[in-house]
Amino acid sequence: MTEIAPQTAELLHRSMVPCLATVRRIVWETDDTFTLLIDTAQMNGSPYSFKPGQFNMIYAFGTGESAISISSDPGKPGMLAHTIHRVGSVTSALSRLKRGSLIGLRGPYGTAWPLEEAAGKDICIAAGGIGLAPLRPIIYSLIRKRDLYGRIVILYGARSPLDLLYRVELEQWNKLPNTEVIITVDRGDSTWKGHIGVVTNLFSYIKLDSESTIAMVCGPEVMMKYTVEELQRRGLSQDQIYISMERNMKCGVGLCGHCQFGPKFICKDGPVFRLPDVYYLLEKKEL
Amino acid sequence: MEPQGLTESLHKHPFLSNMNEELLKTLTSCASNIVVPEGARLFKEGEDAKTFYLIRSGRIALELPGGERGMIRIQTIGPGEVLGWSWLISPYRWHFDAYAVEQVHAFAIDATCLRTKCETDYRFGYEMLRRFSEVLERRLEATRLQLLDVYGNAPGERGENY
Repeated sequence: MTEIAPQTAELLHRSMVPCLATVRRIVWETDDTFTLLIDTAQMNGSPYSFKPGQFNMIYAFGTGESAISISSDPGKPGMLAHTIHRVGSVTSALSRLKRGSLIGLRGPYGTAWPLEEAAGKDICIAAGGIGLAPLRPIIYSLIRKRDLYGRIVILYGARSPLDLLYRVELEQWNKLPNTEVIITVDRGDSTWKGHIGVVTNLFSYIKLDSESTIAMVCGPEVMMKYTVEELQRRGLSQDQIYISMERNMKCGVGLCGHCQFGPKFICKDGPVFRLPDVYYLLEKKEL
Repeated sequence: MEPQGLTESLHKHPFLSNMNEELLKTLTSCASNIVVPEGARLFKEGEDAKTFYLIRSGRIALELPGGERGMIRIQTIGPGEVLGWSWLISPYRWHFDAYAVEQVHAFAIDATCLRTKCETDYRFGYEMLRRFSEVLERRLEATRLQLLDVYGNAPGERGENY
């Protein structure tokens, strides 16, 4: 039987033990999606930091634990945000928390969006539905050092106008120099003056410099599949495309196997992958 | 706009990119520039499809009657895109309503004129059909994706414990 070195065992133990965190506020973004703002000024007595694209395991006491992407600004320590779609028992329990409620939190886990590689390049961000949440930290990071990057295009698709996240910020980002935000919804009505159609349609309205663009994509897997096909049709190589994958994660550190995706663990090797590492797996059913 | 100026403007539209000059001139003879004010209706379901449009700026919304749900806005068409292929397929009638969501600048192509050109010049006809087939293929793919309702929650998709 293989023994685990004491130092490794200690690290694993520490990474599996949640610390207490205090809810500062809950902001409802849509009917079924809310942002949990968590006070991280005092956590385990040391400063908390994360990279854009990473996630935390959040524990609702008495109910259970779920993996949730971080949606706040990495440059603003002290307050952490998770935008959460209420779909099951844990996320429902989290939605009922109040200011001052305690949660268990461990993390951050996983890989990050390629911030350093993006320097000097144009950026194309494509988000679908709640997929905008894991992309928000990278958008904050790009904006913070705006001069380091070329043109930024953010394409965002949602089910309906009522399902759009971060409306105020989307408008603010669109006003930034050399930055364009284009939004579409799958279903609109006569009061909606914006685009209607799938997010891939939005590529008709932009021009990408295929040589110097890095694309970052997050959304439902089907949406990502069509989006990366569109990006490749426009001349981007797979090496220029990053996607963030999602599976139900349990341990968060690659031990339990719940989030196994072919030879990868989403929690440890992802959630952010360079496309060639997972593209062949996107085609496989029931994986 | 003079025919030469119109030909040059048409050439810049993505739908006609790389079209040879001779075929483009044939198309120009059926084309005109139009401006559609915000809120105006371009056509209504069941009307004769006498024109198709190459959008230069602005946005057109396509609507279908949804019974008790009223008119349903199913798609928008924006700059660089094509509006309408009913002119190409008998009985040449529109299958939806089209409104300008905002002021639209477009090239309007006369369908009767174009059909005549297609039938007398097969090379031109094939070129138009080839370009429209690409548009149809893309729209069909987008419609399939839209039908999947990818942002909706499939029951149990994330697990009831999530």
